[in-house]
Amino acid sequence: MKATPLSNCERRFLLRAVEERKRLDGRQCYDYRNVRISFGADYGCCVVELGKTRVLGQVSCELVPPKPNRPTEGILFFNLELSPMAAPGFEPGRQSELLVKLNRLIERCLRNSKCIDTESLCVVAGEKVWQIRLDLHLLNHDGNIIDAASIAGIVALCHFRRPDVSVQGEEVTVYTPEERDPVPLSIHHMPICVSFAFFQQGTYLLVDPSEREERVMDGLLVIAMNKHREICTIQSSGGIMLVKDQVLRCSKITAVKVAEITELIQKALENDQKVRKEGGKFGFAESIPNQKITAFKMESAAVDTNNVEEQAEEIITKADPPSEVFAKPILHTPGTAQIGEGIENSWGDLEESEREEAVEEEGESEATAFECQKMETEDTSMMRETKKDEPIVLSDSEEEEVVILEPQELPKKTRTQTNSKQENTSKKAFNKRRRKKRAA
Amino acid sequence: QYVPVKGDHVIGIVTAKAGDVFKLDVGGSEQASLSYLAFEGATKRNRPNVQVGDLIYGQFLVANKDMEPEMVCIDSSGRSSGMGLIGQDGFLFKVSLGLIRKLLAPKCEIIQELSQLYPFELVLGMNGRIWVKAKTVQQTLIIVNILEACEYMTAEQRKQALAKLSGN
Repeated sequence: MKATPLSNCERRFLLRAVEERKRLDGRQCYDYRNVRISFGADYGCCVVELGKTRVLGQVSCELVPPKPNRPTEGILFFNLELSPMAAPGFEPGRQSELLVKLNRLIERCLRNSKCIDTESLCVVAGEKVWQIRLDLHLLNHDGNIIDAASIAGIVALCHFRRPDVSVQGEEVTVYTPEERDPVPLSIHHMPICVSFAFFQQGTYLLVDPSEREERVMDGLLVIAMNKHREICTIQSSGGIMLVKDQVLRCSKITAVKVAEITELIQKALENDQKVRKEGGKFGFAESIPNQKITAFKMESAAVDTNNVEEQAEEIITKADPPSEVFAKPILHTPGTAQIGEGIENSWGDLEESEREEAVEEEGESEATAFECQKMETEDTSMMRETKKDEPIVLSDSEEEEVVILEPQELPKKTRTQTNSKQENTSKKAFNKRRRKKRAA
Repeated sequence: QYVPVKGDHVIGIVTAKAGDVFKLDVGGSEQASLSYLAFEGATKRNRPNVQVGDLIYGQFLVANKDMEPEMVCIDSSGRSSGMGLIGQDGFLFKVSLGLIRKLLAPKCEIIQELSQLYPFELVLGMNGRIWVKAKTVQQTLIIVNILEACEYMTAEQRKQALAKLSGN
């Protein structure tokens, strides 16, 4: 399936919103979305939710012969997949640029930072080592896949337990989980990626861009850092020119964010550990909340509602009174009649002018039927009124002096017409005038 | 997933201009086609000024499951009756089809209550797309968030939220 194209309207609106420092879901420029971590029943399986973006991480291990040039080190294998259920634009089996970029980033972040001790994965040097395989699946794409994937990766690795092994001479015994408790991997530090989206050639920056923001951004900067403030990976894409102090500022923000996220991860891991020890229920069935169709639940968006001025009354008082409406039939020449002014077609306006100042244009599909009805009732009411009035001859122009070809008692009438033009209009005034005319 | 139905009014995004015909994405399995003559007051000399990426509000003339759907922006008498190119500002977002039908019901409370807050323009497409424009970006964002949340809120919660907003 093709992805929905981004309309010009949305693009313009998002850029304007960024300039005013407003985000779609009410976050501040440097705010992260809610991060939720849940674990599965197996060791090494976790789901990380960053707002609506969801990534599933699964770690598995296998005993294999080591690489020939590194006989004492274990093997790490990372794989990120963009599932078609994540977004309509993702198709299975197609290696897109995005996928390659994400994979490389995750690899550099986790492998080159040496966060996992590969020497400890060695069982028998040159013969058997553990191969750790991390699979990340993107379940839902709502922006910022990199951050969610990196968190899922590191959490899954921390959560994983490999079977215990003992070596006696040449014999290698692999114990099952029942015989001996599985052993966690030795992880030195936890590198976490933080993404920054840049707009307007680097003037504005947002942390944790959502999917819409990602579409209109100029460039992306990803910094992977651990809680000891060591930068593990840094990558800038999109071809924007960044100034030195922008990058420094981003790294400072990253440090703060990483500290928060690391704390969150630690807490989640501890919780899970506690639950398993106490023998309570654990696994996805418990931790992922039931999302039934009948149970409506949505995160509340903290939208900034300060300075929302312009109540309905203010608008009414500020708005100018509507222009005058001529609702009497007008004779251009004897034998023809015109009701209402050709230039200002403001039939429907008068009665609802005060109401409509509070409600400008409602749903057009809905209002077409609605307005047609209104207009019809207006027409009939005005028609009724106008029949009682005397027809007035008027030319197309609204000048004070009107030259008429066949003057028959016309000057009087035109004068009254122009007088009435000068009157201030409001609903009551119009009614008064109508009543006056009727009286006359 | 939206299925095009004849006579439905939808909001489409222009994806391509192929000579005399525009191709629109309406959220269905196929793109809809829209002739440039299907606008009010359009002639061969007087073409509508539509670019790729613009929003169009129109209705389906032809919508079978065998053929590519066709849209027009005029009704049977040749008048536009509110259809056509949607203005440049404002914001487009997606909600569920059920919510749209609820909003389009006559005397919809949600829209009446929202209109008490401040003026805005609203276009509802049966394909789940809504276009909103209010005076400031912030007001637009508030309306967008309320409409998206209306799906999950009960009437009392909605009244509470709106009361909080109008109290500000």
